[in-house]
Amino acid sequence: MSGESLRRATATELRAAFQSGAATSRAVTDELLNAIEREDGVLGAWLHLRHAEARAEADRADARYAAARASGAAALNALPRLLGIPVALKDLVNLTGTPTTAGSRILEGYVSPYDATIAARLKEAGAVILGKTNMDEFAMGSSTEFSAYKKTVNPWGIDRVPGGSSGGSSAAVAAYHAPLSIGTDTGGSIRQPASLTGIVGIKPTYGRVSRYGIVAFASSLDQVGPFARSAQDAALMLHAIAGADQHDATSSRSPLDATLLNLPSGDAAASAIRGKRFALPKEYFVPGMEPGVERAVRDAVAALEAAGGIVEEVSLPTTEHALATYYIVAPAEASANLARYDGIRYGDSKHGGGDLLNGYLETRGRGFGPEVRRRIMLGTYALSAGYYDAYYVKAQKVRTLIARDFDRVWESGFDAIVAPTSPQVAWKFGAKMSDPVSMYLADACTLPVNMAGLPGISIPCGLSEDLPVGLQLIGKPWSEAELLSISAGYEALTATAAWRAVEPHDLAKLGGGAV
Amino acid sequence: MTWHAVIGIEVHVQLRTVTKMFCPCAIPAEGDLPNSKTCPTCLGLPGALPVPNKAAIEKVLAVGAAIGAAAPATTIWDRKNYFYPDLPKGYQISQLDFPLAEHGTIEVTTSAGTSRVRIRRAHLEEDTARLRHEKGSDGKRSSLIDYNRSGVALLEIVTEPDIRDAETARRYAEELRLLLRTIGAADAEMENGQMRVEANVSIRASEDAPFGTRTEVKNMNSFRSVEKAIAFEIARQAAILEAGESITQETRGWDESSGTTYTMRAKENSHDYRYFPEPDLPPLTIEPTWLAGIVSSIPEIPSARRARYVEQLALSDYDAAVLVGEPRAAALFEAARAADIAIDAKTLANWVTGEYLRAANEGAAEPDPVQFAALIGAVFRKEINGTTGKELFAELLGGSFDVRAAIAERGLGQVSDDGALQKLAAEVLAANPQALADWKAGKQQAIGFLVGQAMKASKGRGDAAKLGVVFKALLDA
Repeated sequence: MSGESLRRATATELRAAFQSGAATSRAVTDELLNAIEREDGVLGAWLHLRHAEARAEADRADARYAAARASGAAALNALPRLLGIPVALKDLVNLTGTPTTAGSRILEGYVSPYDATIAARLKEAGAVILGKTNMDEFAMGSSTEFSAYKKTVNPWGIDRVPGGSSGGSSAAVAAYHAPLSIGTDTGGSIRQPASLTGIVGIKPTYGRVSRYGIVAFASSLDQVGPFARSAQDAALMLHAIAGADQHDATSSRSPLDATLLNLPSGDAAASAIRGKRFALPKEYFVPGMEPGVERAVRDAVAALEAAGGIVEEVSLPTTEHALATYYIVAPAEASANLARYDGIRYGDSKHGGGDLLNGYLETRGRGFGPEVRRRIMLGTYALSAGYYDAYYVKAQKVRTLIARDFDRVWESGFDAIVAPTSPQVAWKFGAKMSDPVSMYLADACTLPVNMAGLPGISIPCGLSEDLPVGLQLIGKPWSEAELLSISAGYEALTATAAWRAVEPHDLAKLGGGAV
Repeated sequence: MTWHAVIGIEVHVQLRTVTKMFCPCAIPAEGDLPNSKTCPTCLGLPGALPVPNKAAIEKVLAVGAAIGAAAPATTIWDRKNYFYPDLPKGYQISQLDFPLAEHGTIEVTTSAGTSRVRIRRAHLEEDTARLRHEKGSDGKRSSLIDYNRSGVALLEIVTEPDIRDAETARRYAEELRLLLRTIGAADAEMENGQMRVEANVSIRASEDAPFGTRTEVKNMNSFRSVEKAIAFEIARQAAILEAGESITQETRGWDESSGTTYTMRAKENSHDYRYFPEPDLPPLTIEPTWLAGIVSSIPEIPSARRARYVEQLALSDYDAAVLVGEPRAAALFEAARAADIAIDAKTLANWVTGEYLRAANEGAAEPDPVQFAALIGAVFRKEINGTTGKELFAELLGGSFDVRAAIAERGLGQVSDDGALQKLAAEVLAANPQALADWKAGKQQAIGFLVGQAMKASKGRGDAAKLGVVFKALLDA
């Protein structure tokens, strides 16, 4: 393998190539870093690149493959699953010795002194960490336009947003800058950008993946998950990062399903759809949904039905309250989580004038962008004496009702919920920047899933106006393997669909430019 | 006029744990370099998360059980939000609605008698960092922050407003410290800030009048200053009210050197901590079997031990209080009794509160309790007399020492055999004819002189009490 084929290979293909000796991690790493150099001036996905470290990690991986090849098949198969596979981290994952900005000026110049648990696990699994990707400041946003550093464009249309908040990670995978990347999803920040950039993104069950070392937005909603270009690749990365962690008291001991590493493929995957029961929630086909999106999603549902899946319409009546509830709970938690950015210990500081209060006001007033300030104010207000019961307590009660809506679906024997991920395809830059509520509505179909702590995945299911549409599958707690198996089945069913042949733009031909 | 004080006490005390409350950092010790006992969690670095220290929770549950408080079936943690440089996360993890202990009592004895102070609640939280303000070599003032203390497990114990005078407040604080030390929950040294006492003080014209406006008094660095500061504050408030003015609700600091309190800050009644449940920590269920195990491992608490000493061992209130008030004295007392249950408790208590504590306060080594028991037993059974006992006790503190062997080898056994004493007395009397003449002349002290001579002749081994009787019989014969 070489050149373009290396660049476009999935992680699963790369592993096989590394094992056989058909390709080296160093060659892939060089290829990707070179592509990034050429194209990120247009794409804007990356905030920090680890050229030297990544190449060194690739060389070490290649040495291990070479040694194992000399020892035989057993040694090769015993090598860690992600050995030599290049990956990207959203810039809120702490990685020792690298800058971690969370897309914010207030963390400009901050260098992590420790590894997030998932960073340590990716290292353990042998991954080559290319660098850190752009994001909405503190993961607050749905377009990555709230990054304090740069604009990330959608590889499918460079006048369009890549979604957010993990827009850098989704754009990087969609643009073939990395086969795998890490995102976080608090209200849709993995699934929505996956949908808008035409790739796979999974938000695991709350507690499945450790949050230790992930810059917090809303602690009870945040989850870490992979972006990939196939369900199988997503499963590979999820397996590497998931599992109980002694550093995260909310991480779960629930065992990982072994089928994650053994997903069905091809005909076997397609035939596994037969007999599965899918719930189609009518409330997710919201007013204002783009007709092309609805058409693509309904086509996908029809394809599942044609493959023997059983689809029934259901009602999730609390859906309409999820958005309002989310915008109490998430900002409330964020208002406390972001209190540590006070300019006292790290990051950008405007202290020094002597007056402590003034130092806080200056540091935080200048260091945080408009959306972060808006949410801190919202959250602070919701927690204030006299308002706490009416807002925060009430929101937690509604949250319980949202979770019960989903419980009833599982009690009725459904295997998964199918729904649109985003009511729209990627929109043009600036379209929602002056109207926060219209931006918030972009997550109407994803945030109920966070409120209930459930796993959700977005997989490509077609195009509308030449832009990708995502199909969302929502599962029972801990059913990530089931969701990924169904996703692999859908991929097999639609392997030859015409829309699959359509590719994002070749960024190199769009002017490019060095990082 | 007479004013009636109402006092409530709030105590913060660092728990004696191996690691901090929510991270694996060791508890800082004297002499540690600043910021050497820190990690991402207690520094509040981006992405760091708390994990509760089970041992700290168990200590608080033990304190709760020891004061007869109730533990909740399930508790949660809460975030208390405020900005200050000593609080790295911008919030303190604490407990608002479900403290680990609620509704207990602590018995307090003062010169006026014994009373019960109700405990409203005891909960667990994390300590803040330590701020140091100094002037640099360039003359500029700066504030330095040492995060070693940040995240140390902190127990907060709040009383009901049950205390009516400064002495009771002091005794309450002392009793609480004794209780915490007895059950191994804390060292609670006030002098180095391990235990911080704050008092809410108000006064009113009569016992049934509504509570007056209160002030909160801080910066009391010893038990003595607790008593003095509260007494001062009561007098200060009385003077204000008697002058026809009113009390300002505020926080006041105690200034030890001037013996007065001063305004630290006006009470921010409007301060809104925006408490809400800590989403990084799941609720904590207190399983009954877990709690039962903790309860069963609690040692006898001081008030129960004092009562037992008085009621079962017939010790005086004073002896019981002195013994129990010094955990090492009580430990020696208990260990000696365990070694020889036949020893007279009163004799043992006298030796422990007298000779032992005197030596211990001078920094002497701890005596071996078994040897100590042998010594007291020999004294009580009059095998040796008190003088010999004290000499042997001094040797016992030197380390390895066998009391019984020393008595036997050195012939130290007290002479109390009637025949031997008769013979000794006759010899002494024969050698001192003047004493007989004095006695006949009515000089009572002649007996004392003769006993003294007999003790000298016997090298201190004679039974002095018996010798007195023998001499009297001889003189009167």
